[in-house]
Amino acid sequence: MELLCPAGNLASLKVALNAGADAVYLGLKNDTNARSFAGLNFTPEKLAQAVKLTQQAGKKIFLTINTFPKPGEEQRWYQAIDLAADTGVDALIMADLSLLDYAHSRYPHLPLHLSVQASATNLGALSLYKQEFNIDRVVLPRVLSMKQVRDLSKVTPVDLEVFAFGSLCIMAEGRCHLSSYVTGQSPNTGGSCSPAKHVRWQDVGDSQQTRLNDVLIDQSGKDEQMGYPVVCKGRYTTSDSQEASHLLESPTSLNTLSLLPELAKARVVSLKIEGRQRSPAYVEQVTRVWRQAIDTYLSDPAAYTTQAQWDQALAKVSEGQVTTLGAYERTWQ
Amino acid sequence: MKTSLGPIQYCWPKEKVVEFYETVAQSSVPLVYLGETVCSRRRELKFSDYLALAQMLKAAGKEVVLSTLTLIEAQSEFAELKKQVENGEFTIEANDVGAIYLAKEQGIPFVCGPSINSYNAATLKKFASWGMQRFVMPLELSKAWLTQVLEDLAPRQVEVEVFGHGFMPLAHSARCFTARHKGLTKDKCQTICIENPEGLLVQTQEDQPLLRLNGIQTQSANYMDLCDQQTQMQALGVDYFRISPSSLASIALADELPAKSASHDRQCNGYWHQLPGLTLS
Repeated sequence: MELLCPAGNLASLKVALNAGADAVYLGLKNDTNARSFAGLNFTPEKLAQAVKLTQQAGKKIFLTINTFPKPGEEQRWYQAIDLAADTGVDALIMADLSLLDYAHSRYPHLPLHLSVQASATNLGALSLYKQEFNIDRVVLPRVLSMKQVRDLSKVTPVDLEVFAFGSLCIMAEGRCHLSSYVTGQSPNTGGSCSPAKHVRWQDVGDSQQTRLNDVLIDQSGKDEQMGYPVVCKGRYTTSDSQEASHLLESPTSLNTLSLLPELAKARVVSLKIEGRQRSPAYVEQVTRVWRQAIDTYLSDPAAYTTQAQWDQALAKVSEGQVTTLGAYERTWQ
Repeated sequence: MKTSLGPIQYCWPKEKVVEFYETVAQSSVPLVYLGETVCSRRRELKFSDYLALAQMLKAAGKEVVLSTLTLIEAQSEFAELKKQVENGEFTIEANDVGAIYLAKEQGIPFVCGPSINSYNAATLKKFASWGMQRFVMPLELSKAWLTQVLEDLAPRQVEVEVFGHGFMPLAHSARCFTARHKGLTKDKCQTICIENPEGLLVQTQEDQPLLRLNGIQTQSANYMDLCDQQTQMQALGVDYFRISPSSLASIALADELPAKSASHDRQCNGYWHQLPGLTLS
């Protein structure tokens, strides 16, 4: 099982490789990827450096081009694909059908991974992408239960990659409009969920208000630890209850350390760590723990159990310091 | 430009659904979509019931399209999807790429629903080559987007439909928010969403209407209302203006659409104007 780690910049990439990543993923410094935060990502020169460093370390490097081209501006995305092919990355992670088509027809030997933004959760969708664009792998959205992952693994025509750790997206990715509904920008169109420029924190009396494009997403005590404000993790009231609560999900991170044996048995080829927008310290900490966990499992699968110090280390870098198995666990659903 | 009625997105009792489509049959609406698009646990109507309603509407002179589930997770849901696609009589509205695969394999024409990510002309051309006859513009896109795409598609082989009125489906999750809100688990949900025929309104702590919980689906709190944009749509070459049903009144609206302008009641239209979706411009 591959440990796939995020690289928002060269510093993160280096610590990921040192801490035991088998592969890293990254994006270009523009809106061709769904994490286009200011200060993140790679220029063509930095990408070339990243490829060199990664390959010297004997690891793999995947480039994420997973937004959807805007009409009339497609060239920017095509150029990103051309650049990736020239630079020698090991695979492209993409969601848009026209981009898969472009890459497959021009660079048939360049492996393609179907991004989570393509929202492919079933045999039919995977079969289509395999048949038409010969994708090698799919990144599954965080909406399937462990049983559903297992069932899919028995019939899938492509390798499976799952999210193992990091911020929990609770919607079928790539088909969620909550961010654009409130801010006008979404991962599909603008390159990020809840763009930072729309976020505002404000002290009002004893409480702190969190606003997203002026919409009040949450209100909390000043000492309360808050996650990054996304619409689905806010506190709201309903027509039948005036008490504000996390109606969709509370700020929490996904942590599947305890599922590692099941994921291995389901022949999941890659465990993805979320967080290209996080610090190198986060990447290092998470990579180190997961390296240990995977090695422990591989050395003696039958004896594997989650170790308390792993969970403690991961809790420190988790949103709200809380972790969940998310949709993998049926009771969460 | 003609009018269409999108699929009912809520869990309504069977008799209410039947009454709805009996009224639709009497209306002048030419194109009707029907089927369960949100949750496979809703079993008020079975596939055979929808098929019977589709035949009744067809006999009343309507063009009928069977809408499929948006988020297909279980193998059983995929098997059910196969049955729908291979119904032998009606076109389907694909709301997941899995449905497109099945239609393409069988050589059956299909419509791309609003939750299919068709963000550019090259993608739409690909879908068209696989049998897509019409597409519904993805919700978060704009008039400017549509103008450019229709230019890029010329000469156009496919029809275009715009979601013009109704509560917008914004997201789908594995989690059932309605069951959770009522203290139930998804597996023992008692189809509790039947208690909220327009979804459950969610407001911010400043009482701003924001969302609607509809089982695993999250909707906009307010109506998308583009009734006052009909002339512009007509000029662009939009073929159908979709009304998404939330009550019997939706049929009357569809029936009289060309005479209607925007209602300014619980309304938003931001996406069409390249603004945040919840904006009223």
